[in-house]
Amino acid sequence: MLTLKVRLSSRADSVTVTTRIEREKHLSSTAEGQTLRKTALNATHRKLGAKMVDFGGWDMPVEYPASGGLVKEHLAVRSGVGMFDVSHMGDILIRGPQALDAVQWISMNDASKLQEGQAHYSALLYPEGTFVDDVIVHKMGQNDYLLVINAGTREKDHSWVRKNVSKFRCHADDVGDYYTQIAIQGPKAEATLQKLTNVDLSQIKNYWFKHGTVCNLPNTLIARTGYTAEDGFEIYVPSDVPTSERVWNEVTEAGKEFGIVPCGLGARNTLRLEGKMALYGHEISDTINVFEAALDRYCKMEKADFVGKAALEKVKAAGVKRILVGLEAVDRGIPRDGYKVFDDTGTEIGYVTSGSPAPSLKKNIALAYVPPQHSEIGHEVFVEIRGQKIKSKVVPTPFYKRPKKS
Amino acid sequence: MAYPKDYKYTKEHEWIQIKGNTALVGITDHAQESLGDIVFVELPKVGAQVEAGKSFGTVESVKAVSELYAPASGKVVEVNDSLNQSPEAVNQDAHKAWMIKLELSNPSQADGLMLADDYEKYVAEEK
Repeated sequence: MLTLKVRLSSRADSVTVTTRIEREKHLSSTAEGQTLRKTALNATHRKLGAKMVDFGGWDMPVEYPASGGLVKEHLAVRSGVGMFDVSHMGDILIRGPQALDAVQWISMNDASKLQEGQAHYSALLYPEGTFVDDVIVHKMGQNDYLLVINAGTREKDHSWVRKNVSKFRCHADDVGDYYTQIAIQGPKAEATLQKLTNVDLSQIKNYWFKHGTVCNLPNTLIARTGYTAEDGFEIYVPSDVPTSERVWNEVTEAGKEFGIVPCGLGARNTLRLEGKMALYGHEISDTINVFEAALDRYCKMEKADFVGKAALEKVKAAGVKRILVGLEAVDRGIPRDGYKVFDDTGTEIGYVTSGSPAPSLKKNIALAYVPPQHSEIGHEVFVEIRGQKIKSKVVPTPFYKRPKKS
Repeated sequence: MAYPKDYKYTKEHEWIQIKGNTALVGITDHAQESLGDIVFVELPKVGAQVEAGKSFGTVESVKAVSELYAPASGKVVEVNDSLNQSPEAVNQDAHKAWMIKLELSNPSQADGLMLADDYEKYVAEEK
């Protein structure tokens, strides 16, 4: 459930009237004047003919038209296997005798429940109970935790973490640049990666990880995690270009018989949206709290004090004024990020955080904030699309659940 | 894909094929390629007036919404309704997948638009 910011349909982008080429330029010039950061696989993506965009200051592939484009990439992950370069994600190592205490203080989930080799979803919060970022916490060893964080929030997260762990005996080191992170996702991910490693992947449970040899690289982190609502793995290999390219090519070769395709941020966004996985800057932000985002099952209010707890106790007692729901368009139209939501009397009640056609479901879906009285399943609301109010209904989430293994 | 020589092209990447007083309008191959998988086309109703340079509809891919700009002014006399059911036809052959048929108010209005060669150069510069 590694999250990242896809600005493909950011608010300004989807509601502002511009020509399409102005739009494309907008996508690639948000950091104008700054040099975009590149992953070690940048040349590989370009060689594959990927469309590149500026994503949180990173020059990243959005889709690979030569191998079929976004929808094909999405469907490959649902039915076979796809591979993603997610090296732009950040990594923070927290190590030291009080590493656990530090993690418990800065992260809302209960890291004392983690065993070595286990990971969980969590979030870093401000004292207000709103989000600094969401994270995956990995327990690497007794006094050794790895936090995987978003690309666009790397610097912010790192300085926030350093500040907040300073009272504990531990180090917080940004090790994001040391790794090329490749996600191999889909029902055939295990069969693909198994060809390249001596680790018995069938023994790694969901949200667990092991170290082993991958592509002849010893001691490689292999985690059964992802951001696609599908089975899959994320591997962390040295970030030098030759090694990164070699691993990418070997994964490509291993997945060939299963129809593996490289996947960009576009498919990553539609896959995570179908699985109702939060995206920073959309479903979660510094103005949205844990209960509103309906992520309270990852927030352990009963554990000892942590940043944001006091504020969240008040929120819990008072109740929320808005809550995240899943919507499906009933009428013809595609809800997009930032579109307004209305009730049947024409009163504005909320807004869409992420909206898109859902390639696996062949429906137009959205996540939106609405008042709790409008959140029950089946409830009708209206999304305003270019001046027209499109009937939509609240549906159960996640929109997509992967089939159980038979 | 080759750009038909008998079409004219806008900077906003629409094409127009003029035959006498009427014209077909669509988006270019470059436009469909930039947009990616097209999933939704919203067009005006027959009888609507469109104005050169003004929006007459929208086309949406999975990841983006784009306005459609009229290459010339006129009255919509036909709409390609088949694009409701199969918007992907625009990806398959953008220069055949016309969107609206116009009865032109002033056919000479299109004189200032780009010819195929100019448009190809324009696209190459954009890339």
